[in-house]
Parts: sequence; C-alpha cells; structure tokens
Amino acid sequence: MNAGEVSAVALANESLQQIDSQEGEIHAFVEIQREQVLRKAQAIDDGVAQGKNMGVLAGVPLALKDNLCQHGEVTSCASNILSGWRPPYDATVVSRIETAGVLIVGKTNMDEFAMGSSTENSAFGPTKNPHDTTKVPGGSSGGSAAAVAASMTPLSLGSDTGGSIRQPAAFCGVVGVKPTYGLVSRYGLVAFASSLDQVGPFAGSVADAAALLEVIAGHDPKDSTSLNAPAPALSSHLDDGVKGMRVGLCNELLEGCAPDMVAAIKRAAEVLSNAGAEIIEISIPELKLGLSAYYLIAPAEASSNLARYDGVRYGVRVDAEDVTAMNTATRTAGFGDEVKRRIMLGTYALSAGYYDAYYGQAQRVRTLIINAFTKAYSSVDLLLGATTPTTAFAIGDKVGDPMSMYQSDICTIPTNLAGHPALSVPFGVGDDKMPIGAQLLGPALSEQQLFQAASVLEHGANS
Amino acid sequence: MSDNTRPLNEDDVRHVAKLARLQLKDEEIIRFTEQLRSVLDHAADVASLDLEGIAPTAHPLELSNVLRADEVTASSDRDEVLRAAPSVADHRFRVPRIVGEAP
Repeated sequence: MNAGEVSAVALANESLQQIDSQEGEIHAFVEIQREQVLRKAQAIDDGVAQGKNMGVLAGVPLALKDNLCQHGEVTSCASNILSGWRPPYDATVVSRIETAGVLIVGKTNMDEFAMGSSTENSAFGPTKNPHDTTKVPGGSSGGSAAAVAASMTPLSLGSDTGGSIRQPAAFCGVVGVKPTYGLVSRYGLVAFASSLDQVGPFAGSVADAAALLEVIAGHDPKDSTSLNAPAPALSSHLDDGVKGMRVGLCNELLEGCAPDMVAAIKRAAEVLSNAGAEIIEISIPELKLGLSAYYLIAPAEASSNLARYDGVRYGVRVDAEDVTAMNTATRTAGFGDEVKRRIMLGTYALSAGYYDAYYGQAQRVRTLIINAFTKAYSSVDLLLGATTPTTAFAIGDKVGDPMSMYQSDICTIPTNLAGHPALSVPFGVGDDKMPIGAQLLGPALSEQQLFQAASVLEHGANS
Repeated sequence: MSDNTRPLNEDDVRHVAKLARLQLKDEEIIRFTEQLRSVLDHAADVASLDLEGIAPTAHPLELSNVLRADEVTASSDRDEVLRAAPSVADHRFRVPRIVGEAP
C-alpha cells in the first residue's frame, strides 16, 4: 500500500462492490459509509503519492461493530433506544485504526446491546450466515463475522463479553480473538458488562488478526481498567511454532459437544502434537459453573449500565406527564425483549434478599474459576477445546428459548470470567459442511503463544 | 435450598420491572416469569454451593483507583453533546415535570 502498488480507492471500491452484491442476502451492516470511505481512501492515496507513510494498515477496509463509538456517525447498538445517535467522540480503538490508515466502511449488525448469540436480537432484523443463509452467523458480533466471511471486508472489530467474538467467528469460519481484559481500551465501547467486555479483531487469517490486534492494543489513559502494558509483538512471532509447548486438551470444552465437533478438535490436537507440542488431557470441573455464574454477573452489570438509557441525554424519548413516567415509557418502547429480560434478571440478582444467593455466589464462583485456571496453567501453557458445542444453528431455532440460546456460549464464557485471552481459528467443517472453530485459551497476556499455536492450526486445518 | 432461592413468581417480575422502569403487559409477565425462572433454575448449581471462605471477585484485574494528573484537558463540545439530547432548553437537558412541581 505505502509503496503505491495498490490504491486505497481501488480497495475501498472492491469492498463496496462486494457489499453491494452480498448485503441484500446477508444483512451484515446497519449503516454503510460509502462517501466517507471513498473520501478517506482518496486522502490516503494522495498521502502515498506525496511519499508519506499512511499507516501500517493503510487502505485496508474494516467493518465496525455498531457498539463502538465513531464521532458523528450513527452508533445504535442495534437498539431502537439509540436509534440515530451520533457520538460526540471516537472510541480509542477507532482513533487507533484510523491513525493506522484503516478504511471504516460501515457499522455492523449485532444483537441489541451485544446481548445474544445469534444476531437475531437486532432491532434491525437478523444477519444471515454467509455459508448457509438459513443459519445464524452467531452473535452478538454476527455482522462483523459475516462481513469478513462474505469477503466484504478483510477485517472487522467486535466485542466479546461471553463469547461474542469467538462464537460468531467459529460459526462463520473466520478468525476471532478475545484479548486479555485490559489489553484493548474499552473507551467508547458502549458498556454491557464492564468487568467482562473486551474489544477484539475478526480476520480471514491469523496473520491479519495479529496485525489488527497490534494496532488496537496498548495502554489508554481514558480507560481506568486499561493495563499498563505495551501492545504485544504478534506478527514477528507467528512462525515460531509450538515445539515444546504444553497444550491441555480440556475435557470440559469437549464434553457435551457434538461428535463431529469433538472429532475435529481431536484432529486439531494431533496437528499441534505433530508440530512438536505436548498434548496433555486435562479436566477443569469448575468451568461447568461458568454458564450460571455468567448469566447472573453479566445481567447484574448490564442492569446497572443500562440505567443510563432514561430518555434524558441521548437516544429517543417517549414523552409522558412526569420524569418517572417518561423514563418508563422510553425504556419500554426502546428496549427489545432480550435486553428487558437481562435487565430484570440482573435487577433481581442484585435486589435485597437475593443479592447473596445469586450475585454474591456468582462472584465467589468467579474466584473458583480463576483459581482453577491458574492451577491448570501451572501444568500447561495453553488450553485447547471447541469454541461452540455445535456448528451454526438455524435461524429461529433458539430465539424463543433463552436458556437454550445461552447454552451456546458454554465453551467461551469461562475465559471472560477470568479476564484471560482466547481465540477461535477455523478448523474444518462439520457433518453439515458448516465451519468448525477450534478454541485456544491461555493465561493473561499469553497472546503471543496463542497466535503461534493458532498459526499452526491454520496451516494444519486442511492436512 | 434456602427461601432466598424459592421459585420466581409473577409478582417478583412485576416488582423488578417497576424497579427497572419497564412496563410489561400481562402476557409479557407470564412469558418473562417462565423464561427468567428457567435461567434461575439453572443457576441453582451456583446458588446451592457452600462457598464459605471464598472471596468474591468483582473484577479480573487487581487495580486500585487510577488517577490522572490534575491538568486541564479539552472537554467534549457542549453544543455537540446537547444536539444528541431529545429535548434541550437554555443549554441544559430538558425533562418533564419532577414530582409535585408545576410544569
């Protein structure tokens, strides 16, 4: 790009043309920034022509999840309550990718406020899986996963609170990374569950995901939970391999998974073993408690975070005779069913008389899970398991039964509770020919090792 | 199981909806009660554990308060922030009547 061999305008047009041909069927986007992206691309080409370095990702099109604030551009979280809202500032990740020369082509569809596992909870209608449009793309970052899977953009950004990057990445056959909590700034990420939320990349390859994570990672003074650590060096270590690495094949991330899923993950273990890793079968029974703990903690935090949507400072308002009635009318009309369920669940878990039994217990289980991971990582470097129990399910299959929808997050949730990093890398297909994702997990700040192992799996996926 | 984890009922849902400033129709109360009860039933595995002596974790990082230097930096543009509000008067957010006050 910076050498002037390919123009940013050409890359932007290629992306927009692919969106034009696919979007009607896939519905990955809630907003396409056609004029803005062409203007930015022209500015990059002009800079390159003047001999300037326009950034490490100059001219690369990217799709942005609709819960990441972009100055002056519609940011709705796929919710009616924020319909038409234009943030007065950029999220830190948005400033960083723009500095790196990325071309933001639009905002992607998602489950409302990132609450869901199928992108069916969007106020703007569902996204379809590009591999089979009768199937869900996963969620909540379903639009971001589908945009990359349908070759609309080579890169996208999502957010992962309980698996919302890794699960759709697995369903759509792309790479998705949930970084260590605090590695990537949450400034300008619309909050869902603040102690669990983390921004991360989607890409068609491990190398592209590494390049994007290097750009967005690193300390940000605007996020008080940002780690005071530099961005990890990933790209320069992608070919370092896994020789001597100890990888735990984790029983709890396989049991309950479909037979074709289990078979694929065992093949992935073989690929790592053939590349020199030591595979150790390991059981971490505490992980089974993750689902329940998560569906108390995340709604509790959400009920508090979403109290801000009161019809006063931003978003829509439904007028009523006094402030309380206006708050109620606004929230009743503005939130969808899943958001209402989680707000009520969280309010209940935090309410007098139930706090200790539900929220307090869930917080103690969180400690148990962290301790169990710590113990596991004293004998292995990384863990391997499935990202999802099955391949992508059909649209409409689970939307009426929240508990069965929540079960699809069972393999991804423990990582968020611990604040650790994990990624999903495509590894073959299931009996239904739909993509399978292999999940690699590691202790805090183990991104370099995770990417090394992911790179080995990527090369070995078709062997 | 202690009384603290008795099955959720429709009155509980009405109560939390009120606390959360949500108005539910009768059929929604029935549906949400059933759905929330199934989530809480699943959570019985967590609620019923004996975790005496285990410290709670509220956050994955061991951070104490983070303060920046007390220096003046640029703030958001007031007019731009107010432009996003549903109703504004005299450079302030405008809201309907608050309890007991004349409009």
